[in-house]
Amino acid sequence: MILFELFIGFLKVGCFAFGGAYGAIPLIRDVVLSYGWLDDEMLTYMIAVSESTPGPIMVNMATYVGSSQAGFLGSLVATLAVVLPSFIIILLVTAILKAVLKNPYVRAVLRGLKPCMIGIILATGVYMIIRNGIVIQDSVLLVRPLILTLVLGAIYFGSGKTKKSGVSPILLICLSALAGIAAYGF
Amino acid sequence: MNLLLNLFLTFAKIGLFTFGGGYAMIPLIEKICVEKKQWITQDEMMNITVIAESTPGPIAINCATFVGFKKKKFLGALIATVGMVLPSFCIIFAISKLLDHFLEITWIAHAFQGIKIAVGILILDAAIKMLQKMQKKPMPKVFMLCAFAAMLLINIFSVRISSIILMLTAGLISLILFMVKKPAVKGGDGK
Repeated sequence: MILFELFIGFLKVGCFAFGGAYGAIPLIRDVVLSYGWLDDEMLTYMIAVSESTPGPIMVNMATYVGSSQAGFLGSLVATLAVVLPSFIIILLVTAILKAVLKNPYVRAVLRGLKPCMIGIILATGVYMIIRNGIVIQDSVLLVRPLILTLVLGAIYFGSGKTKKSGVSPILLICLSALAGIAAYGF
Repeated sequence: MNLLLNLFLTFAKIGLFTFGGGYAMIPLIEKICVEKKQWITQDEMMNITVIAESTPGPIAINCATFVGFKKKKFLGALIATVGMVLPSFCIIFAISKLLDHFLEITWIAHAFQGIKIAVGILILDAAIKMLQKMQKKPMPKVFMLCAFAAMLLINIFSVRISSIILMLTAGLISLILFMVKKPAVKGGDGK
């Protein structure tokens, strides 16, 4: 049963993940949280791991969630499910359906779908920053998460101005790990 | 070398050495498949990028499937795609067995306190980059802002509405608007 759920869950992700690597993250959150496979904290860790290991992020996430829920077979089923839709779609597009993407009705649907996806990704990013940066415990605002957020944000977006020498995602994750240890102790 | 084996090894190499996924992978795929192996032309590479943008799924998978299919039909597509996925599958599977134990170590748990903030920043950055590439017209802006507001509210109040519903609704509204507009234009031509 869990294998079937994993298959359906990640098939959904594979079918709707427009917008590249990050397009899949809100969807995966949706699916993973609604089935109760991981909590929000663990999911965030997993996004960082997927980002720092080679390969497409959504494939990495599927493998991880599958493995955590149902071992090797689970990771196999989830990975297969997440790849299957794009595999089939590209086969169809290259073999017979090239004209479909030029069809005005299909283009009309995509015109609405893509900006919506961008809005969803933006909201997910903003929400995750607020949730992890502004932590209120016993009605006291915790200082350390807030400072970490401000410092890391300044490093990343500050360096992004000069395109070539900007901080890469992997470097940011390494720096954030060091910052976390610096803030909370070894 | 056997072409199938070559496809498999080449895409396994791409899968092993591309971090971050998505558009970060395009330059490497282009360099290997267009310049070095000459499996596809520059034009075809452009085409596949456009197709990948309008279809769901990781762009690297789309490229692997496309190149594999072009060289060796279905079997080629299958082999190239499996090659692309296999390295990260093995790595992540190994990590998944260890991560829970890792997090019990204090300093690693502390490191993740910083990392989880970095993840939010990276997602925000990806969204900002997509925003900059979005058409500067009122329609996409309205769609984007509505989806943003809806998704933020869904998150804050933990409502169980899937983002898939939001996307389908946006696609449907866009289609209806297009169909309403089209006859109106035709009618205008008639006069």
